[in-house]
Amino acid sequence: MQTSKKWFSILCVAVVSGVAAPVATVQAADQFVPVPIYRTGPYAAGGTGIFGGMMDYMHMINERDGGVNGVKLTWEECETEYKVDRGVECYERLKNKPPTGAAMFHPLSTGITYATIERGAADKIPIVSMGYGRADASDGRVFPYTFTMPINYWNQNTAKIKFIGTKVGGMDKLKGLKIANVHHDSAYGKETIPILEAQAKKYGFHVKHYAVAHPGLEQKAIWLQIRQDKPDWIILRGWGVMNPTALKEAARVGFPSNKIVGVWWSGSEEDVRPAGDSAKGYIAAGFHPAGTDFPVIQEIMKHVQNKGKGHVEKDRVGTMYYNRGVLHGIVTVEAIRTAQKKYGNKPLTGEQVQFGLEHLKIDEARIKALGATALMSPIHTDCRDHEGGGMVKFQEWNGQKWVTITDWIKPDFALTRPLIEESAAKYAQEKGIKPRTCK
Amino acid sequence: MTFFLEVLVGGLLSGAMYSLVALGFVLIFKASGVFNFAQGAMVLFSALTLVSLLEKGWNLWMCLGITLAGMVFLAYLIERIVLRPLVNQPPLALFLATIGLAFAIEGIAQAMWGTQVHGLNVGIPDVPLNVKGLLISEFDIFTGIIAAVLVAALALFFSKTRVGRALRAVADDHEAALTVGIPLRHIWVIVWAVAGIVALVAGIVWGSRVGVQFSLVLIAYKALPALILGGLDSVPGAIAGGLLIGASEKLAEVYVGPFVGGAIESWFPYMLALGFLLIRPEGLFGEVHIERV
Repeated sequence: MQTSKKWFSILCVAVVSGVAAPVATVQAADQFVPVPIYRTGPYAAGGTGIFGGMMDYMHMINERDGGVNGVKLTWEECETEYKVDRGVECYERLKNKPPTGAAMFHPLSTGITYATIERGAADKIPIVSMGYGRADASDGRVFPYTFTMPINYWNQNTAKIKFIGTKVGGMDKLKGLKIANVHHDSAYGKETIPILEAQAKKYGFHVKHYAVAHPGLEQKAIWLQIRQDKPDWIILRGWGVMNPTALKEAARVGFPSNKIVGVWWSGSEEDVRPAGDSAKGYIAAGFHPAGTDFPVIQEIMKHVQNKGKGHVEKDRVGTMYYNRGVLHGIVTVEAIRTAQKKYGNKPLTGEQVQFGLEHLKIDEARIKALGATALMSPIHTDCRDHEGGGMVKFQEWNGQKWVTITDWIKPDFALTRPLIEESAAKYAQEKGIKPRTCK
Repeated sequence: MTFFLEVLVGGLLSGAMYSLVALGFVLIFKASGVFNFAQGAMVLFSALTLVSLLEKGWNLWMCLGITLAGMVFLAYLIERIVLRPLVNQPPLALFLATIGLAFAIEGIAQAMWGTQVHGLNVGIPDVPLNVKGLLISEFDIFTGIIAAVLVAALALFFSKTRVGRALRAVADDHEAALTVGIPLRHIWVIVWAVAGIVALVAGIVWGSRVGVQFSLVLIAYKALPALILGGLDSVPGAIAGGLLIGASEKLAEVYVGPFVGGAIESWFPYMLALGFLLIRPEGLFGEVHIERV
């Protein structure tokens, strides 16, 4: 009986302290940022890596600078497991957190982005889908509360074709080439089909799309077809377990890994390590490199990780996912900082932070001041352009680490912008949205 | 014709990998009449434990031994905490308990070993062999052999050993088995431990192929149609069902997929299983149960 009482007391203390912990931290002068993380489930490596980097950056800003112009950042995690329904639940749960509600919402999932775009517009909370989501949301006239900086999927894809063009000796040499688009059978996977078709028409190459059923554990049939079709290059648009499986299957059918170009969601350490030697030579696009040799990462180490206050394991600092998270943190903080110039140094509402996101000017000088030279390309947003003109670097896996093999490659904005506007206009018509007039 | 054969053989070899997972389901169903929803979670737990120990730099055999011991201990805990309080309860109650168990094991595995993706190399070569013009993976052949050996061993275990016969008696009727002196609790620990060992084998094979990561639990869903086709209580049926599913889904993806937008591998096996249920609900090798009322 005595033992039961003791265990009951321990349980009560554990439950009470567990419930109380996340509630006690929010102060009236803090700026709240939701963290809809996925720490469990098949995509947990991405969720913990990216949000780990973002929280470490925000923590560093609090520790080193005392917050953004004196306004401390605060955040709360909500587990989505990368599921759309749970993502929406997290959005609803966190959007009104005190003192001013969510500054913005990073869905970290194309599915959750699609599900929260209309809610964000209605609640005046920016939905920030950095390097994912729907490409046509880059048109700020139709999507005032959605942002796709630094670069959307369509422009990334044009950079890939430019990269392949340089590899084959010029864009004119693309004519007649066969390119296979091996994509995840989801909204995310299918997102680039229209732009690939447009590029195939422009440059004269043939493109064939191969859909891989979720989660992508079994791809033998697809790769046997690919072997039969003999493409010259493969674009890999996978996620999670689909990536190492694809690289292994490619090796099994004898397709060279250095002719496979992956999206950035197929280009983390977690995507290649399980594939072993099959991944050596594989190339992936990125809007940032991996590594710890950047002053901003060193600052995080000094103020956060080395003090044991990190939000992810220390050995993951500098990985692809982690550095992507640091960029999420930089954009979050810079948007708040920009908005503060107009509204004052105080906690801001989502509507006010939208101004900051829409007037971001992160040029080379600012990047240097942030300690992120070579880690990111400049971002300039405005009312029309919510993407910001980001660029792409390509990286090769050498069996141990990612090695950057190109400088920043500028996407084919001239091709994509009219298509983005056309698609956004169609969306506006379907939803009865009257596009804003931008000066 | 060569391409057709390549798809067919590749599909059969993939099917052998599904069979490895299906076997774990069959073992527990055969011995306790419980459909163990947690089999996929056991695959994850065993593979994650093994790879995490290996990453500490320890010897492979020592890591295997510790993981096996861990699976036996897990079986003991399951019997003690989940199964024992549910003796003589309807099979549905036990099934629901295994759903809860699946979440618990997944959570414990991730809490213990983290959520990172791990590579696993146990020395099985993964290079294509050219067999009379057909490209066949050496790894897949190896898997087929492992599946065959496991089936032979389990078939012998069930039919030729006292414990095996006791397992079948328990599956037929818990109470009757108890009245003739069969120790139900020990039998359940044994069968869950054996299922854990089969899960470890499946985890090693699948983990070597796609990495050790949470997605391993999803492999269980690939085994379900194989079980329906082969019969829930038949060890050879698990193999036959796995082979049939593997071959048919690959052929369907290649020859039907392009006409319906592709990616039909995920749902085609279920359609096939559904059709099969209408014709032969007990599966190819399953026992026909006649209940008198």
